[in-house]
Amino acid sequence: MERTTLDLWVGLFVLAGIGALVFLALKVGNVGAFDTNKTYAITANFNNIGGLKVKAPVKSAGVVVGRVAEIRFNTADYEAEVVLNIGSVYKFPKDTSAAIMTSGLLGEQYIALEAGADDKMLAQGDTLKITQGAVVLENLIGQFIYGKSGEAGKSAAPAQ
Amino acid sequence: MHDNLVEIRGLHFAYGSRPILRGVDLTARRGQVIAIMGSSGCGKTTLLRLIGGSIRSTQGSVEVEGQDVAGLDQNGLYRLRRRMGMLFQFGALFTDMSVFDNVAFQLREHTNLPEPMIRDLVLMKLNAVGLRGAHDLMPAELSGGMARRVALARAIALDPMLIMYDEPFAGLDPISLGVTGNLIRRLTDTLGLTSIVVTHDVQESLKMVDYVYFISEGVVEARGTAAEIKSSGLPFVHQFVHGEEDGPVPFHYPAEPYGVDLGLNHA
Amino acid sequence: MLDGVRKLGRQTIDGVWRLGVAMRFFMLTLLHSGICLRRPQLVIREIFTAGVLSLIIIVISGLFVGMVLGLQGYETLQKYGSESALGSLVALSLVRELGPVLAALLFASRAGSAITAEIGLMKATEQIAAMEMMAVDPIARVVAPRFWGALISMPLLAAMFSAMGIFGGYLVGVVLIGVDEGSFWSQMQAAVDFRQDILNGVFKSGVFGVAVTVIALFEGYAAPPTAEGVSRATTRTVVTSSLAILALDFVLTAFMFRGA
Repeated sequence: MERTTLDLWVGLFVLAGIGALVFLALKVGNVGAFDTNKTYAITANFNNIGGLKVKAPVKSAGVVVGRVAEIRFNTADYEAEVVLNIGSVYKFPKDTSAAIMTSGLLGEQYIALEAGADDKMLAQGDTLKITQGAVVLENLIGQFIYGKSGEAGKSAAPAQ
Repeated sequence: MHDNLVEIRGLHFAYGSRPILRGVDLTARRGQVIAIMGSSGCGKTTLLRLIGGSIRSTQGSVEVEGQDVAGLDQNGLYRLRRRMGMLFQFGALFTDMSVFDNVAFQLREHTNLPEPMIRDLVLMKLNAVGLRGAHDLMPAELSGGMARRVALARAIALDPMLIMYDEPFAGLDPISLGVTGNLIRRLTDTLGLTSIVVTHDVQESLKMVDYVYFISEGVVEARGTAAEIKSSGLPFVHQFVHGEEDGPVPFHYPAEPYGVDLGLNHA
Repeated sequence: MLDGVRKLGRQTIDGVWRLGVAMRFFMLTLLHSGICLRRPQLVIREIFTAGVLSLIIIVISGLFVGMVLGLQGYETLQKYGSESALGSLVALSLVRELGPVLAALLFASRAGSAITAEIGLMKATEQIAAMEMMAVDPIARVVAPRFWGALISMPLLAAMFSAMGIFGGYLVGVVLIGVDEGSFWSQMQAAVDFRQDILNGVFKSGVFGVAVTVIALFEGYAAPPTAEGVSRATTRTVVTSSLAILALDFVLTAFMFRGA
């Protein structure tokens, strides 16, 4: 084969391969969404984090504003300590509250931030005061069944 | 300058425990065409590989230009091989390159010549073997005789001092046979080469060689000029030259007596 | 009985010996790779034969695998009402596993077998011996460019396979079935991590590339110079490199995604 044609084909091949990689990185992955040097870290303590994982999204009003950076166990008060990286462009008041939610019935867990009304804004290293841990499905079902059986007991007894 | 380009003394070689060569002495003078003849499988090709340094002898020495081939390291061997050409049995052309690129191969690998000069040199070499017009064909498009001529052009690309031919006449039609034979003689004379031809084609090679070695069972059985060989009274040479069925080289592979094998003696 | 044990012993010794020779061959190839920098044209040629010529099979297979993933994934996910997770299912399966592994398997049977057959035939027709007699090292001139050409092609092909697969999943899931386009992409982006998933996938395919090309080159170079020898070596290249890909995939996955 002519050398120039060969060069052309190989060039196109390499371009297509790099194009596929860029597509994977930008469109499929989330590279560049939150650069580590363009975020600030805040901490939130929860009594129970359920199935929350590192890198889970942090959302406010449903919009992703950051990611979970680290999950630790605090031996002093036996609580989970979660470090959140929030994008620098998103400023939140000091009295913002955090809650662990589940997307859909069985979906992944994320942290929802509810903005407060304080004049001062959160900064690097601050801790959120108001938090609400994960709702553990088993507990919920347990309560439900307990309640139901109690109810059933009440309603069934007269029938017999 | 050494007059003897290749000097082999007391050469032994064995594949594992099977001896191939058992004490061969051979000398090739500059400017000569030497033929090494013998029946198939007698170790002729092994001899060429020993001269080229791709295998090492178990005993004895091979000297090319006064250098002991077996004593050279990789670099020394490669330096020596640049001045040797070898024509393989079926040409061994690189099938993924055109005729032109095949002949240009060594020039491109070993020199930094500019492309126009390489082009001129390649066309000159191809012209010498009469195939200048075929330079952009692929090896698959060549006949057996043409492929061998291209391989010859490739072997002389770097103007070597020695060319070895492994069965250059095998499988050629009579015309190609004559062409190849004449070409070997002419190139040897005009380029001042030394040629070592391994062959079992007696009639064709006796027309053009200076000196002949007959090898049988790993030793040199007979030697002499073409005329001496033709008139030789040695039974082995006589059988070989005239192609007789039975003689010192028997028709039958060694076996038990025929009657024993058929079980006749038991009756 | 004793014969069986003896046979086992011989096979073990043969296997270990072969592995050692292959490693030595690999080291020699790396050692003689300087020529690839001096004459990049040699490598470009091999990228063409290994990479560009494998393009069609990779692109088409990727598309179909993605489309099947879209169909099957949708069938399963809709039972739980989580069709919107289709994007992340397709993307994660492809980027982490199917892209590198299937691309490498296809590459082994398309380019690997071709490399073995080519080198085996070059040996059988004395082209390798001729090259040595012309004072050109065949490891540097023939083997090393093929190694680097195939090694460069492999991750690019795997990336193209994944990209085409995701496109196929998009075609079936969004265009054909009607999963919401926004949630398809956003769920995917939320689930796929660049370093954890994509770069690891690229790394995996690089490792597979090394394994496939070394096996293919070695089998070709060590093939007995007969028609039967070359055909056996070609078969062995496909079988051995497929097994090597799957085994390596397990090992790499165990290291990469442990606990994460």
